[in-house]
This record gives sequence, structure tokens and C-alpha cells, in this order.
Amino acid sequence: MPIQVRGEVLDVRRAGTYYVLSITAPGIPESFRPGHFVTIGIGGEESGLILRRAFAIHQVQSRGVYGGTLDVVVGVHGKGTRWLSERRRHDFLDIVGPLGKPFVLPKEGVPCVLVGGGYGSAPLFMLAEQLRERGCRVDVVLGASSEDKLYGVLDIKRVSSMLTITTEDGSSGTKGRVTDVLPGIMESNNSAVVYACGPMGMLEAVAAIAAEYRAYSQCSVEEAMACGIGICMTCVLPVIGEDGRTRMVRSCVEGPIFRGDLVRWAEIGTVPADALGAPALDAS
Amino acid sequence: MTRAMFGRTAGSAAAGPSVDMSANLGSLAMPSPVLTASGCAASGRELDQFFDITKIGAIVTKSVMLRARSGRPTPRMCETPSGMLNSIGLQGPGIEHFIEEDLAWLTTRGARTVVSIAGESVEEYGKLAQKLRAVEGVDAIEVNISCPNVANRNQVFACDPELAANVILTVRRQSDSQTPIFAKLSPDVTDITEIARSVVRAGVDGLTVINTALGMVIDVETMRPALAGVTGGLSGPAIRPIALRCVWQIRQALPDIPILGVGGIRTGLDALQFILAGANAVSVGTMTFNDPSAPFRVQNELAGALADRGFESVREAISYGHRGADVFGLESEGETEPE
Repeated sequence: MPIQVRGEVLDVRRAGTYYVLSITAPGIPESFRPGHFVTIGIGGEESGLILRRAFAIHQVQSRGVYGGTLDVVVGVHGKGTRWLSERRRHDFLDIVGPLGKPFVLPKEGVPCVLVGGGYGSAPLFMLAEQLRERGCRVDVVLGASSEDKLYGVLDIKRVSSMLTITTEDGSSGTKGRVTDVLPGIMESNNSAVVYACGPMGMLEAVAAIAAEYRAYSQCSVEEAMACGIGICMTCVLPVIGEDGRTRMVRSCVEGPIFRGDLVRWAEIGTVPADALGAPALDAS
Repeated sequence: MTRAMFGRTAGSAAAGPSVDMSANLGSLAMPSPVLTASGCAASGRELDQFFDITKIGAIVTKSVMLRARSGRPTPRMCETPSGMLNSIGLQGPGIEHFIEEDLAWLTTRGARTVVSIAGESVEEYGKLAQKLRAVEGVDAIEVNISCPNVANRNQVFACDPELAANVILTVRRQSDSQTPIFAKLSPDVTDITEIARSVVRAGVDGLTVINTALGMVIDVETMRPALAGVTGGLSGPAIRPIALRCVWQIRQALPDIPILGVGGIRTGLDALQFILAGANAVSVGTMTFNDPSAPFRVQNELAGALADRGFESVREAISYGHRGADVFGLESEGETEPE
């Protein structure tokens, strides 16, 4: 169950083009599972930026000098994320979490591959650790447009069986996209599960590759959301349910992790005509 | 910061003199004048994780329609200065599922519930009212009339006095006579008091003032409208002065009609402004997205703000901002000009 806490900023550090914030968040690490996210209020009590920003939880520590703490990785895209990047030690933040449904982990030690696009790698670190603990082989693919937009290369190397890097400009690793190298990795390791976090286009392509190799896929989507707790109905996307019916589901409470084969990727941003409650087709 | 001016914070009111926070909206009696707002609280379940929803005035549920609806494509939302635009398209499960699942849960939970209904025709509003007849847990009905009338060139019910009155007449006729009926008014009209008078004549028990104001944003990167629905409803503190003005004008025009004030309320002092302008109760809407405990926090802050000003009850403060100037349009006698 999510809680709302006043968290103290312990540290803000640069990592390539990103900022990593360490924040006290008593109570959140205790119920955290990889894939969960938090929302953070922007600009203080009288801010004109009224919408909270959502971040995948990157790391948690439930013990230590500060009690429970968590890390989030912030990419500066606008006024809200810039404000967050400018926070300093001892500033306070309004945190709500843990939110969403976490990654589903395999019961047995099957080979897994983790794919992160840009700072989409953030939720994969603790996932990798937990998969390793279960005896899973963990291959990791990180991709970005250029080297400075990769996040956490050195740290994730420690928890991965094999790490592959791709950049579109060739500034690091293989020149190209994660999807260029993913089939080879899945083939040589018999990957049974693919976990992915990154832009929608990447997730769609990764889900298609997973399906091709008959692997189970778990994709963490990034939809614009206003509340993060399931009340505003803005972050919906078309997902096929257990009954085979497509519904416009909230990515904040029913996601952000979805099975790749159940998301109707090509129809995100539309309401498929066969979705539950879709407008009746015109007779004309 | 205003709160600091009075040397106390939100929580301190509990220790101070207690203010009678009980409030009424027509025959609906509540322990508090702070409610949620339709579309900003779903059906209460999510918010119950953050505060005890039985401790506020009531939950106003998301507008429900006759059948399940998928709503509009995304993007459905866009942040604006001190506010946001939304174009959800009334996504929801339909009235039957709502009654069986959501309303049943609210009833079991013991929350007071104002059910918001929305239709595409006068008949649909009537059928919705009929479905809610004799259903346990419907403490009041709020009629969301800011919907297009499919039968007549998509004219919005709330923007036409006659059309709005027809909806209310139909809902009134089809509802339990004991159930208070509120009409939620749109600010997108030339004279909101004209619509208010018209629905009051049609037998409404109270007015919810206001719904969102129609707005739009163009994304300068794509150079297209930011919302898939092109236009959307503007809400949040950005519309608070408009909402407050509407409450004030309606209170001047209709001294006795119960008013539920809504629009950008973020703090207890914001809520107090609405009460002083003539609202009998207030809804906290969009700011619940910003702070999931906002309705409960605003309630505590309002109690503190009333105590600070020497009020013993919320009731005493209702319309207090109108004193001096005669509410009925006559200048009161004996008032002297300030020097």
C-alpha cells in the first residue's frame, strides 16, 4: 500500500546527462519490489507546477543511518525535472510510493535478459540483483542515442552475467539499437524472460522480439500521468485482459509493468474499435 | 506565506477551540463541509489509502454514464500554469457495474456518497436517475450537465438554460423524492446566474459551482494541439478566481440555494474564500492529484482558519463576505465610508 512521506534529500549527483537523487523515505523501501515507482511533488506547497512527476525506484536501502532511503534517476526534460535536479542536501520533497505493480519474477532460475533504454535502466539494477539471488542468468543490454545518455554502465556490470552496450552514434559499444543485438543474445543464452524499460518504440520492438523467441516479456511503460494513484484516468493504454477483451487501462495502477504480448503497442494513442466501451462505429 | 501570518499550522487547530464543522447540502447532512470533486477521486477506494474517506464530508464519484465507455485517446492531459487541461471523455464502467462494485464498496465502507451522472440525451439522464432509485448509499445525485447533447448538434446542456432545465426536470421526476439533486454548472456561459435560476426553477436542490473551463494548448514541437481531444477542461488553482466569482454571483442572485463550491481549492484558506463567498460546502478536485491527502488536509486547515477568525461554526461563515453590501441588491443603511 502506498504512503505519502516527507523525504529529505541526502545527495544529488550527476551521472552523464542525468541526476541521481538519494532521498529519505521511511516506510517505502520496506514494501518496495523492483518495478515500483514513486511520484514527487514539484516546487513546494505553492508551486504553479501542480502535477507530480513519476520516477522508477532505482535503489532502496531499508536500514542504515537514515532509516529507509531510495534513489531515483532524473532526466531533465522540462521545468519540473529541472527543479528536481536543482535540489540540494537537506531540502525536503513530498514523496508518494511505492506505486504500481512490480516486475513478475520467475519461480525458477531461468535465463533472463534485461533491456534498458537511456535512464530506463534505473529499475533494472535491483531487479538484476533479485534475479541473481534466484539463480537466474542475467544478461543486460543498455542502449541510448549516445554514451552520455547511458545510465549506470559500471554498476550494472557487477550484477550482470554479460553486459552489452549499444549507442546510435557509436560513441560506446555496438553502433545501433538494443534491438539489433537482442536476438543474438536471446539465441545464445536461451533467454526465457525479457524485462524492458525505456521509450514506447523500444518496448514495442523488444516485445516483438521476445514473442518471436517465445519468451515471456515484462515491459515497464512510460505514459504521462497526472496523479500516479489511479484517480485521474489520464495514463491509459489499450491492453488485452485475461478474458481476451481489450480495455483502456491505467498504467499507474494496472502497470507500469505489462506483459509485452498483451499491450496493443501500435494502437497506443488511439482507442481500438474493439476496446470495451469504444464508440460504436458509424453506420455511414 | 499566509499560513505563517497567523502563527499556526494545519494541525494546530485540533488543539485550539473546536469549530462545529457540520454542514448541509439541502437534506444531505455531513460532519464536514469538505468533499472530493467528481473525476478527481474515482470512487474513493484509491484515496482511502491516504486518509479515512468517512471522515470528510462526502465522496463525489466520477461521472457515470449508462453504458461502459472507453473515453478518448491519449494524450488526455496537459499541465498548464497552476492547473491542467484534461480530456478524458468520461471513461467508466457504466451505471450497473458502478452500482454493483463501486457504490456497494462505498456503502460498506460507510462513506457518504454523491453520485455524479452524465448523459448524452435528456432520456439518458432520466434512465440513470431511474437506475439509482431505491439503491442503497446514494446520498445525493450531482448532475454533470457539461456534456454535449448528441440529439441536437452537440449543444452542451449546461450552456442553455432550457436544455439544462429539461435535464433537471427529468432527473427530478425519475429520482427518489428524498434524494437531493445538484446541478453542476459550467463557467463557459455569458451569465451563470441565468442558468442557475433556470435549473432552480426546474426543481434542483442545489448547485455545484463550477465545472472546468474549456481551454487548449498547442504543442510547439509538434505544432498540433497538445490533447488528442483538441480542447479540454481547465482545472486547478488557475480557475479558482473564476469559480469564486461564480459562487459569489449566484449567492447574490439566489440567497437560499445550497451551493457546493469547486475550483482550484488547495488550502484551508482557499476553502474559506468559497465559504465566505456563499458556498455551503466545497469540493477539493484537481489538487488531490497534487496531494492525495488534500481533502483531509484542507478540512483541518479550514477548521484552523475558522477558529483563528473567531467562528464557532462553518455555518456562521457562509456568505460572511457579503455583509455590508445588501445581498438583495439594496444598499444597507447606516454604513459609513471608510476614511
